[in-house]
Parts: sequence; structure tokens; C-alpha cells
Amino acid sequence: MFKSHYRRFIFILLVMAGAIWIVLPNNPGIHLSFLDKDFEVVQGLDLQGGLRVLLEADLPETTEIDPEQLNTAASIIEKRVNALGLTEPVVQVAGSRRILAELPGIGNPEEAVATIKETGLLEFIEISYEEVYSLAPGQRIKTDFGLDESDTTAEDTATPTPAADEEQPTPSEAEAVDPPEEKIFHTVLTGAHLKSAGVDQDQIGNFSVVLEFTEEGGDIFTDYTATHVGDILGIVLDKQLISFPQITQAIPTGIASITGNFTREESNNLAIQLNYGALPIPLKVVESKTVGPTLGQDSLQKSTTAGLAGLCVVMAFMALYYRLPGLLADLALLCYAAITFALFKSIPVTLTLPGIAGFVLSIGVAVDANVLIFERLKEELRSGRNLRTAIDLGFSRAWPSIRDSNISTLITCLILYWFGNTFGASIVKGFSITLALGVLVSLFTAITVTRTLLHIVLDNIRFAEHPRWFGI
Amino acid sequence: MLNIVGKRYWFFALSTIVIIPGIIAIILWGLPLAIDFTGGSILEVRFDSGAPPAPADVVELYDDLGVLDPIAQSAGTTDIVVRSKLIDEATKALILEEMETRFEGPLTLLRFDSVGPSIGIEVAQQAAGAIGLAALFILLYITYAFRGVPNARRFGIAAIIAMLHDVAVVIGVEAIFGHYLGWEVDALFLTALLTVIGFSVHDSIVVFDRIRENQRRHRLLKFEQLVNHSIVQTLDRSINTQLTVMLTLLALLLFGGVTTRHFVTILLIGVFSGTYSSIFNAAPILVVWENREWRSWFRRRERAAA
Repeated sequence: MFKSHYRRFIFILLVMAGAIWIVLPNNPGIHLSFLDKDFEVVQGLDLQGGLRVLLEADLPETTEIDPEQLNTAASIIEKRVNALGLTEPVVQVAGSRRILAELPGIGNPEEAVATIKETGLLEFIEISYEEVYSLAPGQRIKTDFGLDESDTTAEDTATPTPAADEEQPTPSEAEAVDPPEEKIFHTVLTGAHLKSAGVDQDQIGNFSVVLEFTEEGGDIFTDYTATHVGDILGIVLDKQLISFPQITQAIPTGIASITGNFTREESNNLAIQLNYGALPIPLKVVESKTVGPTLGQDSLQKSTTAGLAGLCVVMAFMALYYRLPGLLADLALLCYAAITFALFKSIPVTLTLPGIAGFVLSIGVAVDANVLIFERLKEELRSGRNLRTAIDLGFSRAWPSIRDSNISTLITCLILYWFGNTFGASIVKGFSITLALGVLVSLFTAITVTRTLLHIVLDNIRFAEHPRWFGI
Repeated sequence: MLNIVGKRYWFFALSTIVIIPGIIAIILWGLPLAIDFTGGSILEVRFDSGAPPAPADVVELYDDLGVLDPIAQSAGTTDIVVRSKLIDEATKALILEEMETRFEGPLTLLRFDSVGPSIGIEVAQQAAGAIGLAALFILLYITYAFRGVPNARRFGIAAIIAMLHDVAVVIGVEAIFGHYLGWEVDALFLTALLTVIGFSVHDSIVVFDRIRENQRRHRLLKFEQLVNHSIVQTLDRSINTQLTVMLTLLALLLFGGVTTRHFVTILLIGVFSGTYSSIFNAAPILVVWENREWRSWFRRRERAAA
């Protein structure tokens, strides 16, 4: 009996140590070979300021939207958004015809909306290995496609260059008048020259991406590959390099295949990007919300104060009303706060204003379980049972109502989550997640933690000698 | 011992008195729907100089730029909130620029929301669906959890009636406050409403659980007394839990800032109503049902005053 309480106590101490370590503001995170994790508080848009855009397929209501296409559009938008260099932007499909984009800390919402809606541009450029590796991931590059000075399309510039530059694989150097970082790459072909892209698998199971060019594109491609064997043909989407296959031989057919250590998924993704350089479906903005950073920081500060104040008042109440058990419940409450916050940081849960409200509210729920138990404990003590039996009875009798009432709250959370998810209301979603997490953690702390503490502290006390410690 | 069940018709009457003004308010003024439901734009701007222009001047500015239906309000001493028909990012930029030149002073954009009209209708429908679905699942769960008790479904339905009571109270209060204070039904309000539903059922279950337990222990007691017993036994818990939740909500209300004030107030009212209805409505309804009292409602009127 004693042993098991102490074993549980040690387990609780370990959990607490972990939780407190995660909660510490300057947590370094875990960086191991198999696990790489940072513990940071992710703030929602309403706290750090930013832009939230809901896009809808700009097609008649009756048109069925292919979910595949919607996913593709979302992933293309995600790439564009990532290029804006924000921390933790979110792009996700919401419902059957919408895409939600959340851009925290954006300075220029007009530009961001324009970037999201712009038509994607696919280009094939001339680039060297060194240049490929000098690019930062996601870095935007410049190409000569559509530049004023050349004033020509890719097909015109493509033909003269190869002849002159067989020995010198950087023909666009002449145009790169700007500093070397600002190199303007030469565009050989654009997405307009591509007829289709698909995935193929050879006999030994390697995946490849097969490109089929239009007649005109095929001619340019044939000429270019004939003179550039061994060079790199960079594939650029929205001015970002997405793939850089090497030209292994001259390709006269207008059909090329990109091989490499592709997984099925990787080759699929590349084919999708090649096919839909432009968004596969037209989109329009149906909802946009901007929160300035001032308002957000203000709210964050205030709700933190409110949360702390709420916690203190509740703890004072418990200690005054339930005395010794109340103090132990306060300890459990602190455990609760630490564990929940640690979970927020490690999952991570995006903290929004209603999310914080949900957290504060779940403090009330956590206390409720203890209130139920202590009221039972008092009843059992009044009917003359000894302390240890009274504790166990208090817990077992209070359990069914704790279980049933919390399950009903969890059901509500589930429906709130579904509701928030289908129409992209991240506010509602955040609230339901924090409340549900709070309810689950509170079940652990209010029951396991409080019970263990009660047993460890009280098993050796005679109730009859100190009834006032229990408020009786 | 307190006799709560015996005075049940007084408590039913009290609930009715609280709910009726709200319903009248809904009929007279309707629910003030936010742009989340109606579509449109809302722009909130802080004038760093501390001297915002008069709302009428802002409306004039909107009119000059050809933006339809502007309604401007001052918020605090430095902020202006303007609602209008849907505007896009470009128009918004134009408005801000014009504001800066016309009202002479740097300003900070606090918030800009714009919602297309099609979204609004859908959100409203889904919200109604969400509440209906929540009620259904909770009914199913309670019927399941009380399956050992005779007439398990009654417990579920009584909890749902108490829940509807709380929904009516909250919506009624929203309609009244909406009319006088300009509060609007938005996504946050829906969240508050759904939370109230959760808590209301939470409280009802605690009382029901005690009835369930006492039914097993005291088989000879009359149902009416048994219910009263159970309510009194759980009263301490109900009040204390109520107090702790109210305390945390009060903390949020006092220190939480303007953004969540509406949300928290609705929660505060709803959670209070939830506890009230679980003690004074949900459990007594079980007694009314057990005695089939509706048969005498219209025959002997003095019963209602008992």
C-alpha cells in the first residue's frame, strides 16, 4: 500500500521535472540525431498580429472541386508564402472549396494577398552546380524571362546562346551587371512550353518524372540539350529553384525524363508542380482579417495577468475552504498548470486569446474534480470513517460524476473543433483544443496527483486529533 | 433540510421571468449579427496623437471614397471602429492614406477584417448544426451513462431542457446587450455559447449522478424526496465549483482587456445560468415527469402555487 503511493509520487515528480524543464522560458530544446525539437510558445495571429486570408475556389457553386486540385493549390500557395520569410505561416485546406492562409507578423498585407493570388510561373533555367549550392533554401532568384531589355521570349534567346557558349557555361553573365548575388539567370523554356508531366517507374522500381514538351518547346529543348550535355537545367517555380536535373545526353524527341533517388511521393509532387505551375483552380479572397501587432501584444499581456490572477484567487479559495486538503489540491493545481503549459509548448498548440480563455476556464474544471472529491471526503469523515478509508471512498464515490461530466465537456470540445475546422475558424479550434487538453490533464492531476499527495501526507495523521485541518 | 423540489414551480417561474425579456428583445430587435455572418468589413484604427476624429467625419470620408454603408464608432479615447460593406486590401490602403492626410496624424492599424457574404450564411448554418449535434451526442451519452437507471432517457432530456434554458438566457442577454451596448454575435460568441452548453450539462450530470447513487441506496424513499436529498447533498459542491469558475472568469473580465470582454461576460452569465438550471430546473423536471404532473396543470391551478 505505502510502496505504491511512493512509487506514484516518484513518477509524479519525474513528470513534473520534465514539465518544468519544458516550461522554462529559455528551454534549449532537444537536438539529438533522431529527435530534433524546440519548445517554443506558438502565438496565434490575434496575439502577435498578422494576416488571415480565406480563399475560395472562384467557380460556380455547383461545380465539384477535385480535392486533389485543392491540395495542390494549397501546396503551391504554401511555397509562395514561405518565400515571404515569415515565421510559422500556416496554409491549409478548409472544407471542400476553401484554403486558409495564416501569415503571422506580416508587415504588408496588400503585398501578401497579391503574392498568394499571383499566377505561378514555371521556368527552366541555365544554372551551374556552384550556383545551385550557393542558393539559400527558398531564396528567390532573378531570371531574364520577361525582362525589358531582352524584350523577347525564351524561344528567341534560347537558340543563339548555345552555339556561342559551349565552353563557357554561363552565358547570362553579360546580363548580370548587378552584384553577383543578384545574378540574373537565363530562362531557356517556360511552363508554356511544357505539354504535360507525369510519373514513371522503370523495371527495377525507380521512379522518374517524365516531361513532354510542346512541338515548339521540343525543338528548343532538342537544340539546347545537344549543346549542354553535362550541364544543369534548373527548374524554377515562382522564382524558386525546385529541382536541378543534369542533362546526361542530347534529347532529340521532346520527351525528357528526370531520374534520381525519388520516392513515389517526391516524384508525384514534382510532377504536380510542373503540371500546375499556375494554380490549378482560380481562387478569390472571401475573408481576410488583419490584426496589428499593438493590439495583439496588449491582449497577450492582459490575458496573462488575468490567468495568473485567476489561478491565485482559486488557490486562495481552496486553501481557505478545504484547509489541508485544499493546500494539497493547490499543489496539484500548480502541477496542472505546469503540465498543460508544457504540452502547449511541445505539441505545439497555437495560443490564441480564446485559447488562453479556455486554459483559464479549465482551471475551474480542474478544481471542480477536487471539490467533488473533498466534499465526499468530508461526508465520509463526518460519518466516522478513518482518514485512509475516507480518502479512498471519497475518490471512488466522486469518480462516476467526474467521469461523466468531463466526458460531456470533451464531447462539446470535439464538436467545437469540428465546427472550427470546417470553416477555418482557428479561434474556435484553439479554444476547443486548449479546453480539451485542460480537461484531460486535470483528470490526471486532480485524481492521481491529489490522491497520492493526500495519502503520503495524511496516512499518518489521526483525523480525530486535528478536525480543523479539514475544515470540519 | 432545504426543500428545493417542493418549490419547483417557483423556480420554473423565475426562469421564465428571466427568459421572457430576452425573447421579447429577440423579437423586437433581432440578434445583432457580426460581419462573420452578414459579410462586410470592419476597420479598427488607433490615432497615435490621442485625438481621433469624430465618427461623423470618418463616415464622410468613407462616403467620399464611395464605400457603402459605413458605421463609425469611437472605442476608448484613441481608437475608431468602422463597419462597412465589403472592401478589399487596396481600398483599405486608400482609406488609411486618406485618414492620415485628412485627420492629420500618424495612425496604427489595429484590425482589419473583411468577410464575403457567402461565408456568413454558411457559418450560421453550421453553427446551428454544431449546437444541434452537440445536444444529440450529449443526449446519447447520458442515456448510455445512466443505462442502469430506470427511465434513463428522461435524464438526458431533462439535461437538454436545462441546456436549452441556458441557451435561451444567453441569447436573450446578447439580444438586449446587443441593442444597448452594440455587442454582436460573432464566432467568439458561438464559442462561448457552446462552452456554456458543455458546462450546463456538466453540472446537471453531477446532480443526476447523485440521484443515480441514492436510487440504489434508498429504494424506499419517494422519488421527490430522493431528488431533493440529492440536490442538497451536492449543493456545497455546486456552489463551490460555481465560485471557482466565476472567480477565474471575473479575473479574465477585470484584467483580460477589451478583446475578450464580451466573450467572458457571456460565459459568466451562461455558467451561472448553467448551475442554476441544473439545480433548480433539470432535477425538478425529473420529479415533474415521474409524477406526470402535467395532467393536473390545467385542472387545479392552486397546484402551481404549492
